[in-house]
Amino acid sequence: MSEISLESVTQNYFDVLREIGNIGAGNAMTALSQMLQCKVDMQVPQVRLMEFQDVGAMMGGEEQLMIGVYLAIEGDITGSIMFLVKQESAKHLVNKLMMGMGSEGPDFNEMELSAMKEVSNIITGAYLNSLSMLTNLKIYPSPPELTLDMAGAILSVPAIEFGTIGDQILLIQSRFFDEVEIDGYFILIPDLESYEKILTSLGVM
Amino acid sequence: MSEIIKVGMADLKVCKSPDGVTTLGLGSCVGIALRDPLTGIGGLAHIMLPDSTVIRGSESNVAKFADTGIAELVRQMEAKGAQRSRMTAKLAGGAMMFAFQNKSELVRVGDRNVEASRRKLAELGIRVLAEDVGANYGRTVIFYPETGDYVIRAVGKPEKVI
Repeated sequence: MSEISLESVTQNYFDVLREIGNIGAGNAMTALSQMLQCKVDMQVPQVRLMEFQDVGAMMGGEEQLMIGVYLAIEGDITGSIMFLVKQESAKHLVNKLMMGMGSEGPDFNEMELSAMKEVSNIITGAYLNSLSMLTNLKIYPSPPELTLDMAGAILSVPAIEFGTIGDQILLIQSRFFDEVEIDGYFILIPDLESYEKILTSLGVM
Repeated sequence: MSEIIKVGMADLKVCKSPDGVTTLGLGSCVGIALRDPLTGIGGLAHIMLPDSTVIRGSESNVAKFADTGIAELVRQMEAKGAQRSRMTAKLAGGAMMFAFQNKSELVRVGDRNVEASRRKLAELGIRVLAEDVGANYGRTVIFYPETGDYVIRAVGKPEKVI
C-alpha cells in the first residue's frame, strides 16, 4: 500500500483544489448562465477538509434530500468525482432549464432527471476541464450516474473511498445564485496513485 | 423519559432500554444493532469498511470497520452488564448507491460490508435475527433494545420494522 496519507498531501493539494474550484466554478457558471439564459453569480468556492461526521450536518443534516451525481474518471488519472446539490436547488435549476414547464412539487419525472443529468454533466465537466488544464493530464469522465436520496447515504460513497486513507473528506463548496441561492458540493476522489500524479504534474511534489 | 441516542458515520453507541439508538442516512455502510434481551442493553455500530487488517492506520477508529467495530460494540455492552451468549443482531444498509460502483477496487463495498458483518457475528456466536440489506437506496434506522424492533425508513418507501 502506498505511503501517501490524506493528511500529508493536504497542504499542497488544498491550494490546488482551491484553484480547481475557482476556475471550475467560473467555467460552470458561464456554461450555466448560457444554458439558462440569465445572469448567474457565484461566491468564491470554499475548500474544506472535514470529519465524516460533520459533512452531512453541513449540508443540512444526514437526511437532507439531495441529488448526487457520480462519475468515474479515467485517462492519465483514475478515480471518481461526485457532485451534490440539494433537491430544492436541483429542482429549481431543472425547472429553469425547462422554461418553467417542470412538474409541480419536489419530485423529479423522467425528463427532469435527464435534464438534471445534463446540468451535472456541464458542471462536473467544467471542474474536470480546469483540473485537466492545470495539470496537463488527460481526464475522461464516464456518463453520470444520478440518484436522489439522503445526504448521508450518498456521501457514504465518497466517505468509504476516503475511508481507506483517513477519517476526513475533502470537498469544494461552491455557492451560486440566480434569483435563489444554490449550494453545490464537488468532491474529487482520485485513486491513491493519482494524487501523486496530480501533485507531480503541478510541480508541488 | 426515554431518549434516542444518535450514532454518526464510523461510530458506535451503547444504550439501555427504554432508550434507543439511531443512525441517519445509511448508504453502503452497515448498521449493526445488538441486543441482550435480559438486561435491555443494546447498541448500534455504523461501519464503513469490511476489514481493518488491510488498512494502514486502522487503529485510529475501530468503529470504522466491521470486524473491529462489532468487537468493540460487544465489549462496551459487556462492560455495561450484557452477556454475549444472550446477544442477538439485526443488520441494515449495505446498499449500492450508484450502478457502476463495482468498477473500482472497492468492488461492491456494500455487499462486502454485509458479508464481513455476518462473518464477525458468526465468529462471536451472535445470531442474526433479521436483515434489510442491499438494493440501491439509503436507510435511516432506529433500534429499540426493549422490544428488539429495528425501524427502517427510506425515501419514498413505507416505514418498515424488522
